[in-house]
Amino acid sequence: MVDFIWIAVALPLLGAATLVVFGKRIGEPRSGYLASVLAGAAFVIVVIAAANFFAGGHQGEQVYLFSWIPGLGINAEFLWDPLSAVMTMVVAGVGSLIHVYSIGYMHGDERYSRFFAYMNLFLASMLILVLGANFAVLFVGWELVGLSSYLLISFWFEKPSAAAAGKKAFIVNRIGDFGFVVALMLIFATFGSLGFETVFGNAAGLLSEGGGTVTAITLLLLVGAAGKSAQLPLYVWLPDAMEGPTPVSALIHAATMVTAGVYMVARTGVLFELAPFSSGVVATVGALTALYAATIAIGQKDIKRVLAYSTISQLGYMFMGVGVAAYTAGIFHLMTHAFFKALLFLGAGSVIHAMSGEQDMDKMGGLRKAMPKTFATMAIAWVAISGIPPFSGFWSKDEILGATFNKGGYFVFLWAIGLITAGFTAYYMSRLMFRTFWGEKRWDKGVHPHESPGSMTIPLIALGALAAVGGLINTPWKLTLEHFLEPAFENVHLAHAPEGATPWILALVSVAAGAVGIYYAYRRFLVGEAPEEKGGVWETLLQGYYVDDLYGKTLVLPGKAAAEQLAFTADAKGIDGAVNGVGGLVKRLAVIAKPLQTGLARSYGVGILGGAAALVLIILVRGGW
Amino acid sequence: MTVTAGWYMALAAVLFVMGGAGLLLRKNALIMFMCIELMLNSVNLTFVAAGHALGSIDGQLAALFVVVVAAAEVTVGLAIIVMVFRKRSTASVDELSGMKG
Repeated sequence: MVDFIWIAVALPLLGAATLVVFGKRIGEPRSGYLASVLAGAAFVIVVIAAANFFAGGHQGEQVYLFSWIPGLGINAEFLWDPLSAVMTMVVAGVGSLIHVYSIGYMHGDERYSRFFAYMNLFLASMLILVLGANFAVLFVGWELVGLSSYLLISFWFEKPSAAAAGKKAFIVNRIGDFGFVVALMLIFATFGSLGFETVFGNAAGLLSEGGGTVTAITLLLLVGAAGKSAQLPLYVWLPDAMEGPTPVSALIHAATMVTAGVYMVARTGVLFELAPFSSGVVATVGALTALYAATIAIGQKDIKRVLAYSTISQLGYMFMGVGVAAYTAGIFHLMTHAFFKALLFLGAGSVIHAMSGEQDMDKMGGLRKAMPKTFATMAIAWVAISGIPPFSGFWSKDEILGATFNKGGYFVFLWAIGLITAGFTAYYMSRLMFRTFWGEKRWDKGVHPHESPGSMTIPLIALGALAAVGGLINTPWKLTLEHFLEPAFENVHLAHAPEGATPWILALVSVAAGAVGIYYAYRRFLVGEAPEEKGGVWETLLQGYYVDDLYGKTLVLPGKAAAEQLAFTADAKGIDGAVNGVGGLVKRLAVIAKPLQTGLARSYGVGILGGAAALVLIILVRGGW
Repeated sequence: MTVTAGWYMALAAVLFVMGGAGLLLRKNALIMFMCIELMLNSVNLTFVAAGHALGSIDGQLAALFVVVVAAAEVTVGLAIIVMVFRKRSTASVDELSGMKG
C-alpha cells in the first residue's frame, strides 16, 4: 500500500505556497532550510514507498486521488511501479542535494525565498510528471515543469538576456507541446481513454504493428519529447537557459526536467514497439543530436555553455537508448547522467562563485590549488562522463552503445556515431577541466578564488560519491537496476547488450575513444603553449553553427513582422478604425441635432407646453383618438 | 345659478394658463417653480371636479397622487435651486445655460 505517496508531492507544493506568501517574513536562510527539509522529506517518502520493490516486489499500484474529469472518465491517479520509483528517487534525491547547495549559492540574493518557492514548485511538478497514471496527469506535470523552468531561467529578470532566455525556453517548449497535445487527442480518439493501463493493455489489439495511427501517435510524442529534452531541432532553448542561477541549470536543465522526454518515451514503450519506424527516428534523432551538440561543446568558452551542449549530447544518448528499445539502459544513463551532470554544474557553479561571477574559461586556469574539493569532485564527474571505467558514465553509456550495436544493420551506423561522440565528449570535458583547473592563472585583477562554504561542498561530495559508484548498480555481471525495472517493461521486448566476447571488444573500443579524446586534449592544452582558438571554424562552433541566427531570420523575424502587421495595421487601422468610425459618424450626425439643446430652461418649456397644446388640438379636431 | 363642473373647469383652465404663462415669461427659478405648482394644482382641481361630477372616486385618487409627487418634487427642486444660488449667486434660469449643446 503506497497511498501516502501523494504526500511526497504535497510537501514541496505546500512549501512553495508558504514561501510565496510568507517568504519575506521567513527570510534568509530559513526559507532555504524549510525548502530543503521538505525536499528531503519527499525523498524519504518515496524511498519508504519503494521499500517493497527493494524487497523484490513486482506489483505496480494505482493510487486513486480524486475524480477529475468524470465526463471523460479521467481521474487524478498516480502510478507506482519500479519505473516511477527510480524516477522519483532520482528527482527527489538529486533535487534535495541541490536545494542544500542553493542555501549557500543564493546567499545574499534579493529574492532568496522566492527562489526556494520556485524550486519547491519545480520538485512537486516533476514528481507529478513521473507519478501520473494517465496522460492527463502526466501532461499537467509536463506543463508545470515548463512553468517552473520558465520562472527559474528568468529568475534574474532584471537582465534582459535572462528574460529573453525564459521566453525562448517557454516558446520552444510550446512547439513541442503542440505535438504532444495532438498525440494525446489521437490516443483518446483511438482508445477512448488516457489511462496508461487501458492504452497499453489494448494497444496490441487496437493498433496494427507499423500502422499509420500508431506511427503518427509516436512521432507526435517524439515532437513533445524533443521539445522538453532539447533534441534536434528544438534544442536551441537549453544553451540559453544557462542564464538562470547555476543550481537551476543543475537540477532542471541537466538532471531532471530535460529527462522528461526520455521518461515519456520509455513509459510509452508499448506504443513505440508497435511503430518500428518511429523508434528508428527516435534513435536517429538521438544519435545525430549527440554528435551535433558534442561538436558545438568543443568550441564554447563559457563554462556553463559547454555543460549545456554536453547535456544535449548526453540526452541524445538516452534517446538513442530508448529508440532501440533498451529502455532500462536509457533510464540507467538518465540516472548516472543526473549524478555526474548535476555534479559538473554544481562544480561549475562553485567555480563561478569563487571567480566572482566570471563564466569565461579564458579567464580561469590554475584553480586546482585554490579549490581542492571542487576540483576533486569535478574530476570524478569528468572521468565518469568520459566513459572511463569503473565510473558511472562508462556502464550506462556502454550499455546503450552495446544495445544499439546489437540491433545490427542501420543501427551499427548509429553506434559508430555514438562512438565518435564518446571521443568528442572526452575531449571537450578534458578541455573544460584543463582550462579551468590547470595551466597558468588568467584571472582578472581583484579576483581571489576561494573554496565554497560547506553547504555547497557537501552536496558536491555526495554527488561525487554517486557519480563514482552509481554505475555499479547495473554492471554486465550484476544487472540490479535492469531486474528492478523489468516489471515496468513487462509488455515490451527489451533490447539487450550483446553476449560473449563482443561486449568486451565494444567496451574496449569506446574506452579507447574516450582515452584518445583525453590524450588529444592533454597534448593540446597541457603540453606547451595552449593554442589560440580563433578563426572561422572556432567562431562557427562558438556560435553553435549560427542556428540561432538561422531560426531568428527564418522564423522569429517573419513572426515578429506578422505580429507588427497585426498590431499596427490590422488592429490600429482595422479594428480601431471601425470603432472610431462609428464614433465619428455619431459625432457628425449630432451636429444636426445640436441647436435644439439651447441650455435655456424656458425654451424647453415652450416645447413642452407647445407640444401639449398641439396634442389637445389634435384630440379636439379629430374628436378623440 | 348653480355652480356646475363646467365652472370649475373654466377656473382650472384660467389657473393653468396663468401658470404656463408665468413659466414661460419669468426668469427667476423660484417663481417658475411656483408657476409649476399652480399648473399642477389647476389639474388637481380638474380631477376632483370631474370625479365629483361623474360620481367616481378616481378623480380624488389621482389628485392625491399629484400632491404626493409634487411634494417630492418640491423637496428636490428647492434644494437644487438653493445650491445653485449659493454657487452662482443668481437664480435666473437664462444665466444657467451650461447644458447648451
